[in-house]
Amino acid sequence: MCLAIPGKIVSLEGERGVADFMGVEREVVLTFVPQAKRGDYVLVHAGFAIEVLDRAEAEKTLAVWRELLRRDVAG
Amino acid sequence: MSFYAETWRGNVSLYRYRDRAVAHDVLARLKAMDLHLRLMHVCGTHQDTLSRHGLDVLLDACGVQVRQGPGCPVCVTTAKEFEEAAVLAEAGKTVLTFGDVARVPGRRGSLLNLRGEGHDVRVVYSVNDAVALARRETKDMVFMAAGFETTAPTTAAVALTGLPANFTVLSCHRYLPPALNALLAMGATQVDGIIEPGHVSAIIGLKPYEGLSAQYGIPQVVAGFEPLDLLMAVYMLAQQIQRGDATVENEYTRVVRYEGNLRALDAMRRVFVPSDVEWRGFPVIPHSGMAMKPPFEAWDARKVWADDLQRVDDLVEETPGCQCGAVLRGVIEAPNCPLFGTTCTPIHPAGPCMVSVEGSCHIAYKYPQGRALRAT
Repeated sequence: MCLAIPGKIVSLEGERGVADFMGVEREVVLTFVPQAKRGDYVLVHAGFAIEVLDRAEAEKTLAVWRELLRRDVAG
Repeated sequence: MSFYAETWRGNVSLYRYRDRAVAHDVLARLKAMDLHLRLMHVCGTHQDTLSRHGLDVLLDACGVQVRQGPGCPVCVTTAKEFEEAAVLAEAGKTVLTFGDVARVPGRRGSLLNLRGEGHDVRVVYSVNDAVALARRETKDMVFMAAGFETTAPTTAAVALTGLPANFTVLSCHRYLPPALNALLAMGATQVDGIIEPGHVSAIIGLKPYEGLSAQYGIPQVVAGFEPLDLLMAVYMLAQQIQRGDATVENEYTRVVRYEGNLRALDAMRRVFVPSDVEWRGFPVIPHSGMAMKPPFEAWDARKVWADDLQRVDDLVEETPGCQCGAVLRGVIEAPNCPLFGTTCTPIHPAGPCMVSVEGSCHIAYKYPQGRALRAT
């Protein structure tokens, strides 16, 4: 029910936009993500974007995990 | 590179969070920790990831059991609420709702069965689509709105932008944290830590969980939905437990912020007021329901159609033998229900946990590899 699918914003106008879900385009409401820009990945739940995916944070998390595991194994 | 591959690669959330080498590292670390842990999560999508990727089996071999709690909004919606929607459909209203909700069996069959009897029940993808239908047609339409904090802001948002006069909302929305509190207070489920749902948390942030860690000494980690997200959440919980900590940590930092989504929270606060409601498998949980505030009474199905709803009695019960309540409390595993896989299957479900793709019975049925494990 709380499933949210990442889609890439291909166009937007005000609080409405169109997102690309792996090749399928569908209208998305952007009321909750005023910071969203064209090209951003948003998590979409029941037609509404609930958050913008933070790519830098995603990369950082992976790097932190790798470091954590390397250190733990070494330690 | 094909368009699809490009999309896949461009999307870090999907592509990189399935790294096999990192997964094996985490599992090796967990194994070396000599754990005997019982963890709970409260999200059907977490259960799906655990079962689909066989993580439940891999984690069990590391001494970590992960069980699903009351984290499927369709499943915790009570038989009485389904009866309310059925009564309104029979009274000639068009009932609109999400697909899973429409298929849950009630006293007189599911809402979709009612359509077979000539009543007007329609499935929608979004509350927006429901409102659009009401604007196109003159019939009275009732939107049966189920869902936790992830979904409730969408209902709130359309209410705030103005609804047509022929549209009402049957709010079955619920707040998740009061249920966690009730579960921990009941003490029926002995859990060492909780994996919190990423998308509810994207809305509510981390703060609502902090009181639980303080009061019950329970470690919590908010997690995303890729395999590595869940393995890392288990690892973070195991480390907290070994350190003797009980705090709220965030594994899903690429989506969840400490304060949550303020716009969505604000919409929810303006439209809904906490009410005391029952959850399937639970007694009344204080402040866990979302009733519509007085300014929205003209679109509150329970106010507008109060006369019709008087036909709903308080003694609506679950299907005989159905153990969805015990499954939702985490007291029994889905395959241990006597109806599981015999009279209750996804094609002929006896209860909501077998209907919803988020329900533990449906998931256990769909991924039989882990079923033997879960039945022990």
